[in-house]
Amino acid sequence: MPLQPIRSLRPAPVDGDALVERLRLTAVSIGYALSMAPSLALAILSILCVPLGLVVVGFVLALAVVPATAALTAVHRRVSGGLLGETITTEYADTTGTNVVTRPVRWLTDKARWRDVGFLWFSATGGFVMSLLPVAFLVSPVIHLIGVVVDGGAFWWLLVLLDGPLLVAWWCATPALVRGRAVAERNILGHSRVEQLERRVQAIAATRAETLDHSAAEVRRIERDLHDGAQARIAAVGMNVGLAEKLIATDPEAAAELLREARQTTVSALEDLRSVVRGIHPPALADRGLAGGIEALALPIPLPVTVSVDLPGGLPEPVESAAYFAVAELLTNTVKHAAAARAWVTGGMRDDVLRLVVGDDGRGGADPTGHGLSGVARRLAAFDGTLDVVSPVGGPTVMTLEVPCRTSR
Amino acid sequence: MRTVVAEDQALLRVGLTRILEASGFTVVEAVDNAPSLTRALADPTIDVAVVDVRMPPSYSTEGLVAAIEARRARPGFPVLVLSQYVEPLYARELLASGEGAVGYLLKDRVADVDGFVASMRQVAAGGTVLDPEVVAGLVSGAGREQPLERLTPREREVLSLMAEGRSNAAVAARLFVSEKAVGKHTAAIFTKLDLPVAPDDNRRVLAVLAWLDGAG
Repeated sequence: MPLQPIRSLRPAPVDGDALVERLRLTAVSIGYALSMAPSLALAILSILCVPLGLVVVGFVLALAVVPATAALTAVHRRVSGGLLGETITTEYADTTGTNVVTRPVRWLTDKARWRDVGFLWFSATGGFVMSLLPVAFLVSPVIHLIGVVVDGGAFWWLLVLLDGPLLVAWWCATPALVRGRAVAERNILGHSRVEQLERRVQAIAATRAETLDHSAAEVRRIERDLHDGAQARIAAVGMNVGLAEKLIATDPEAAAELLREARQTTVSALEDLRSVVRGIHPPALADRGLAGGIEALALPIPLPVTVSVDLPGGLPEPVESAAYFAVAELLTNTVKHAAAARAWVTGGMRDDVLRLVVGDDGRGGADPTGHGLSGVARRLAAFDGTLDVVSPVGGPTVMTLEVPCRTSR
Repeated sequence: MRTVVAEDQALLRVGLTRILEASGFTVVEAVDNAPSLTRALADPTIDVAVVDVRMPPSYSTEGLVAAIEARRARPGFPVLVLSQYVEPLYARELLASGEGAVGYLLKDRVADVDGFVASMRQVAAGGTVLDPEVVAGLVSGAGREQPLERLTPREREVLSLMAEGRSNAAVAARLFVSEKAVGKHTAAIFTKLDLPVAPDDNRRVLAVLAWLDGAG
């Protein structure tokens, strides 16, 4: 059951809903407060791990304590994230390929693990107090009443007089206290803003490098295609015509044959040029936008492809082009590997996200880490886009590409 | 004349072979990659080679490199290099590989069959033939305007034609003037550019090229 976010911090009129909300938050507080015990234990053990690391026992202890801490903080991340209506994420340093000795050493230098330790201390001290207050505000009047009934001393009556303010305090302060704790946990356990930005910059630097590589490779490919295709053919036409010119008086037969050959070569030179142009910017895409481009893509495919793409005009051109070539690649993959009887392309725009789905009823088992698919994903990453491949063995394969973008209209 | 043709595009290889055969050359071998070219050029009876710059395996400048290698083994071995693009840089490397007997032309020039065959013969005879494009690049090269500006337009024309590897007679025919007039122009050019007087056409061409290619 996902936790509902805290609705409001303002003092609310006393009604059923607000009461239920406060009781709910008090229950969460009980949970928060209860986590004090494991937190304190783990906090002390975590700190002990460091000096004990000098002997074997520290390593053994760390191998138990650190995963336990991670499990506890994972629960807190989920709860606090739910209360704030966001997802609190963190990433521990990668420990693949480490053994029982090197792993604790890696943990020692991992900021995220130290943040976990910081959280343990918060949960055992200040956080504990924050979570205890709502519970105390609510539970103490009950205890006082029990005291009056059981003991009936003047002291208890005095305390009962305090109950009014206590209940008011519970009503007003509970949401703020719970939210305060959730925010504190987010700040301790989640990524700091700087870290988030650092990660974003890293991701952008990586995708930028990819993009530059890709476009350099494209330019090389185009140059090569022209050099080996149209240019060579036109040069050959020139040679044939030149030789025909030389032979026309002495051997008209051969000259005519050379000219015929030259004419055929001009046809194939034009074909080459056309295919190069198509590879740069397909005419259908230029004339009709992405939807028309995809329809044109589907036509020459040797299996029935249903296209139902509903797109507004005014998509940014680079996004259109990237999406077009991604779909082209995915369809090519389908034809090559899927052994499908039919395929489909659906898609549209929602909430400023362009979503296209390419599916087929083939044999499945497409490998998203394979050369072709990972290349598509990398190229989409330049636009913060993603490619999601679901391809169980036996099919069907469903590949979803999403690119966030805004229409200019 | 025993000739080797090296060109990876089948169409062009066939075209070149046809043109050369029709013009009285014997095409001993037509190869489509650099290793085969190197092997073919090891034959000492080959008189001349026509080589494409770009060839497999890596499609960079294998043809050029193989030609220069062959000329290192056989100094003055005549090679005519063809390319879709002419690069003054490659021309320089080719010229640096010895005394003449080199040509560097755009593939388009082959369409002028007689001109191409004449260039082949000139290279085979130890002459130097450079594509007008290369020469234009050298003549318009930066940092050399001053001395070139001292030349009259006519002298500059003569210089360009000379740099392409044409003999005085050929330049005269091209400009429709007498060979004597060309001789006068060349003398003037050599004086203005402060070039050493060379005994034969080809040395003179090489001197001009060295000047164009150098610091002027």
